[in-house]
Amino acid sequence: MLGSGLLQGLAVTAKNFVGSFHDPKRFVTTQYPEEKTRLPEAYRNFPFLVSENAEDPMGTLRCVACQICEKECPPQCIYIEKSKDKKPDASGKQQIYPAVFDIDTAVCMSCQICVEVCPFDAIKMDQVFELAATDRFTGLMLDRHALAKPNSYFHQLHPTEAAEVDDRLATERKAAEEKARAAAAAKAAAAAKPPAVPPPPPAVVPLPPPVPPAA
Amino acid sequence: MSAAATTSESFLERAPLLLRDAVTGFLPEPARWLANSLLSIVAVLAVFGLLFAFLTLAERKILGRVQNRPGPNRTGWFGLLQPFADGIKMLTKEDIVPRAADQLLHFLAPVTLLALSILTFAVIPYGRHLVPVELDSAVLYFFAAGAATELAIFMAGWASHNKYALLAAMRALAQLISYELPLLLSFVPVVLATGTLSTTGIVAAQGGWKWHLIPHWIVFTPWGAAGFAIFMVSALAESNRSPFDLPEAESELIAGHLTEYSGFKYALFFMAEYFGMCALSGMAVTLFLGGWQAPLPVLEFIPSYVWFAGKLLTLLLGFIWIRATLPRLRIDQLTRLAWKFLVPLALVNLGTAAFWSLTSAWSGPLQLLRWAVALVLVAGPFLLLGRGLTAGLGPRTYRYA
Amino acid sequence: MNAVLILIALVTVGTAIAAMAGRNLLHSVLLLALAWTGVAAFYLWAGAEFAAFAQVLVYVGAISMVVLFAVLLTRRSRDEAAPGPAGQSRALSAVMAAAAVAGVLVGAILRSPLAASPGPAPAVTVRQLGAELMGPYAAALLAVGVLLTVALIGAVVLAAGDRTGQPEDNP
Repeated sequence: MLGSGLLQGLAVTAKNFVGSFHDPKRFVTTQYPEEKTRLPEAYRNFPFLVSENAEDPMGTLRCVACQICEKECPPQCIYIEKSKDKKPDASGKQQIYPAVFDIDTAVCMSCQICVEVCPFDAIKMDQVFELAATDRFTGLMLDRHALAKPNSYFHQLHPTEAAEVDDRLATERKAAEEKARAAAAAKAAAAAKPPAVPPPPPAVVPLPPPVPPAA
Repeated sequence: MSAAATTSESFLERAPLLLRDAVTGFLPEPARWLANSLLSIVAVLAVFGLLFAFLTLAERKILGRVQNRPGPNRTGWFGLLQPFADGIKMLTKEDIVPRAADQLLHFLAPVTLLALSILTFAVIPYGRHLVPVELDSAVLYFFAAGAATELAIFMAGWASHNKYALLAAMRALAQLISYELPLLLSFVPVVLATGTLSTTGIVAAQGGWKWHLIPHWIVFTPWGAAGFAIFMVSALAESNRSPFDLPEAESELIAGHLTEYSGFKYALFFMAEYFGMCALSGMAVTLFLGGWQAPLPVLEFIPSYVWFAGKLLTLLLGFIWIRATLPRLRIDQLTRLAWKFLVPLALVNLGTAAFWSLTSAWSGPLQLLRWAVALVLVAGPFLLLGRGLTAGLGPRTYRYA
Repeated sequence: MNAVLILIALVTVGTAIAAMAGRNLLHSVLLLALAWTGVAAFYLWAGAEFAAFAQVLVYVGAISMVVLFAVLLTRRSRDEAAPGPAGQSRALSAVMAAAAVAGVLVGAILRSPLAASPGPAPAVTVRQLGAELMGPYAAALLAVGVLLTVALIGAVVLAAGDRTGQPEDNP
């Protein structure tokens, strides 16, 4: 009959109207500045620099200023200057560090390519979206002090990815240490008896001529 | 009728009159008349201005709740100051007039529209003693002032010198003219039954109760209910409310004939729309819902203007509820509904009302026959015409998909 | 009281003259609507409430719309409002039509018995008006109704005419 659909529709809206008062499940909005929704883990907008230690962010940046991200960045929003000197990184190795590391968030397009290309897991995607600034030239230009966030923060944002990265870094570090230990041991052994033992007899197997040097 | 007239008047019932006399009582006779008129104008403007402000707020809150969100809640307590913030915003916005526009008409259109919609408030009886102007043909005056608003809408569309605005204005005119007819035809039975065009007379004719229980309101007769429904549907269309808001469909027409209006002129159009809605609701209350009459004899101690306000607000909330429910019609569906459904229905309803008033002397079992015939006369055409209106409609079947 | 009448007359006649003299057709239509409102005001001044509001409802509300639609749908461009070279014969026929209408009106006015001293106008209620229309003037009412129906059907026939062979974009 004509009009029955109208009555059904009115019933639906009335149900929603009443339901919004007593059914919190229906009432889905959050009051934004006071309440914040939990962002999904995969959410990303602008990059940040991972530092190992929250107390000394500048000293423990993973970034070694290799400038790969700067070169790969499609809108070219990254600007890096290498340091002249070297500083020990988190594992105590002497490394170059970024003297200047700027990201212009007004230019950044959140493509995550810098994260994909970084061989050191030093740059990751942040979830901060309240970046409004009163000065568009300086307010949106983030320097390395603003960009540096500790690894624990990364764990908060993307727990799965951060755990993977930590595992990988740990195994890499362990492998490097073992290799270094092995190399040191070999060196020590070589130093102990250099004249007595000649190099292995070359006549046994014809080796391919260029042996890649042990890295 | 006589029962209503002879009830002892409570203090609250006379309170507005006492207040008025306290303000203007010291003036000499001719000046007092003028001051009284001015005072009633000021009162109407103040009351309906505030009603407009809080109606926009109520509308946004209710629409929000229907869509499971809170609505405006930042300005003041529960967003109560929101309308005033909006007003200040509208006042401080830039008023842009296109260079090619007809400057005079572009300015006159919102003013004319608002003036005409305010004029309609003059004849509505808000209470037993609260009629701003008593006219012998008040209903006709009301609809004459309402009909003239079409000219203002055309002025807005044409003066903008914008083809979209002009086309939208023509569409709006087509809609308004189409729905003028069922609107006028739906109240003619009321005039037929009460024998007067004066709003006070119509309200007085609806006084009293049957068995001290059922009020003699026109909506409680078969033809009155049908007339009320037709009137409300036409009123929705006449005041450009959803689902008939396609003259200014924001999402499709960028506000139609209001495309070139900005700032406070735009706000004036909105004000006129809400005033029109209030006035038509007030007229519906007067014509069909017994005006300021109380629904039960025991409730008569509540002053008449409170009853009127209650009924008016109920109808306005109904408008908002319908807006929250229904999607917008297409222009062909809209005109088809008017010409093929509402107009024939209103004409048949006129016949039903004539039958009803001719058989008013019937009593006993004949009374049952009277009700049965009237109900058939109301429901039959509704079902038949409704079938014609919805024929061929329904879920679409995709043959080649 | 007379000052009010003079004011109403000035507004009515003035807007009518301005409507005829104006170059902008749309302005003319709106001024015409204003002139009709002036006529309604005159009815109101004369105490004929019903006629006044009916005048506004019918003329300002409906007839002005018809005129507007006619102007907008027939006029091809802004500048084509001026009459063409056949102005003289057109003016002649216009004067003849105006003279005929004026003759009928003057004849009617002269033949109608006017009271020498206009007393207070009789208060005619709507009910009496309806009774008059349905009683002595029923035939006239029916004739008007038939005329309007014929006009309506004629308009429908014209609008729904055979349109084959006439592309819509090329009027």
